[in-house]
Amino acid sequence: MALLEINKDECTGCEACVDVCPFGSLSMVDGITEVDDTCTACGACLDVCPVDALSLPERPAAAAEGLEAYQGVWVWIEQFQGEAGSISWEMVGEGRKLADRRETTLTACVLGHDVEHIANQAIAYGADRVFWVGDPSLAVYRTRPYATTLVNLVRQYKPEIFLLGASSRGRDLAGSVATELYTGLTADCTGLDIDPETNLLRQTRPAFGGNIMATIICPNYRPQMATVRHRVFEMPVPDETRQGQIIAIDPIVGEDEVATKVVDFITEQGEVNLADAKIIVSGGRGVGGPEGYEPIRQLAEVLGGAVGASRAAVDAGWIPYAHQVGQTGRTVRPDLYIACGISGAVQHLAGMGTAKVIVAINKDPEAPIFTVANYGIVGDLFQVVPALTEQFRKKLHK
Amino acid sequence: MNIIVCIKQVPDTTEVKINPETGTLIREGVPSIINPFDTYAIEEGLLLKEQFGGKVTVISMGPPQAMEALKEAVAMGADEAILLSDKAFAGSDTWATAYTLSQAVKKLGEFDVILCGKQAIDGDTGQVGPGIARQLDISQLTYVFKVRELDPEAGTLIVERLLEEGREVVQAPLPAVLTVVKDINQPRYPTFLGIRRATKMQIPIWTAADLPDTDPSKCGLEGSPTQVVRVFSPPQREGEVELIEGDSVDEAAGILADRLLAEKII
Repeated sequence: MALLEINKDECTGCEACVDVCPFGSLSMVDGITEVDDTCTACGACLDVCPVDALSLPERPAAAAEGLEAYQGVWVWIEQFQGEAGSISWEMVGEGRKLADRRETTLTACVLGHDVEHIANQAIAYGADRVFWVGDPSLAVYRTRPYATTLVNLVRQYKPEIFLLGASSRGRDLAGSVATELYTGLTADCTGLDIDPETNLLRQTRPAFGGNIMATIICPNYRPQMATVRHRVFEMPVPDETRQGQIIAIDPIVGEDEVATKVVDFITEQGEVNLADAKIIVSGGRGVGGPEGYEPIRQLAEVLGGAVGASRAAVDAGWIPYAHQVGQTGRTVRPDLYIACGISGAVQHLAGMGTAKVIVAINKDPEAPIFTVANYGIVGDLFQVVPALTEQFRKKLHK
Repeated sequence: MNIIVCIKQVPDTTEVKINPETGTLIREGVPSIINPFDTYAIEEGLLLKEQFGGKVTVISMGPPQAMEALKEAVAMGADEAILLSDKAFAGSDTWATAYTLSQAVKKLGEFDVILCGKQAIDGDTGQVGPGIARQLDISQLTYVFKVRELDPEAGTLIVERLLEEGREVVQAPLPAVLTVVKDINQPRYPTFLGIRRATKMQIPIWTAADLPDTDPSKCGLEGSPTQVVRVFSPPQREGEVELIEGDSVDEAAGILADRLLAEKII
């Protein structure tokens, strides 16, 4: 199945390719390179082969015509109950930089009902132009009307780059839009850059549970689409004096064409948005039971943070799944992550390893969480956490 | 009810280690597993079948060894399985994967529900489910946390979706694609009888030639708009942990609080 072609007559058995394969797909058999089915055709081995014995099939550039017609950077502004999420403004900030580098304009797409104020905010945060589509059918996000509206706008105005937040809605929407447009979509980017030679968008993202990073391009299809993780890019400072153009677009999809209905929205008391949280206090197996979250909650409250949990605690039924951080829960990137009674399994680290500052509180000094933490206290969380809460209460005058 | 579950065989990323010298993945001895989120999709399919009757068909695109994942799904209770395997599918990105899977779904005929995991733990994109829904032009319900109601007669369902701000309750017509999160159920273990059935079952392999009206230029590497140009190790966290000690817990907590306040993040 592997696409990598190995010219066995040329191969000298130097093993250079074996060492660089990020996926461990190459091995030496009788002094010659062999490839197995785990090969992802990433091409990392091609450059290191001293005798050019390795090759991948040429990609046809059939769809590459007319690419220059696509210009400008677009950002989708996500709104919930008439308020834009911070992730959207982070992307406007990053989109502004990309647009400046490409010497082009930044356009924000605002869909909703009674959301003209968001269109104005988009200008203040850095957009040159806003496509504003207001209609009751767009009040609450639904895949079909949102995707069809954006697909139509893209087909008409042809952006070169289109960014969406890697939130639940953003990923739901981007997957649908890119499929319909037949273009490339890179999920969950943590880095975006313009290649100085090709002017292509270089999209960097973690994969394999954060074990590797991959840089991805989309050379022959437009727009180049990416979803971007929460809290990766700086929040820009809005400038109310900025001028821009707000273009009202007539609704493209009628309510009668939309088959799905949002019938309710349930927010539980104290429900927290982990993705947006600047501070997360998280409890694991060490909290011992549902009541063990009380000191965790109190610390989170004093710090104005959210409550997270490890998989062990969620699986034990001590706290709802919505709080789970890690590979099978949420990926978070807070400024401060305080891990209490969490050993730090690889799956958990995959979900919080990029937090700016990590604090570990654990009885076991050998717990892996200490290997990623900036600060640690070895001790019983039921003593340390309340003491820490008390200290912050004093020092923050709460 | 005809239920289709799309699954992926993935390396158990928790077992993947990095070679510190070369910064590359060491996959030797790393077990291949069913993508954990897909096990919840399989279980949900089996639960729907138990409630409404019908058939659960599991499909997967991958190398021949992905057959093991399908056998495991059969051992859990799936009725039928199909492996999509062909050199023509190799190198697929999410666009080409969704296209190929939806072509296979079309060949399978009538269906009510397609279930997928919310994302795979190796790629972590979550794009294939929405891609399948769009390719087939049917409802798309991602991050499903609970199937509240399903009425095969009326052809509707109501689900709860887990979003950042809470749970959204959505009503949609069938057929629909559902991508599920972990909390939706507790996947069952394969039974002894199931394992015996899976061992004996001849699972068909479909190649590109077996998928009617399929455009080969939309499959595999050729049909994939994205290209990986560089793979590298993530930057390691710098520095060692500063362990804070004090004569008392209060003192240690006080020092830690001061350090964190000095970081200017609170």
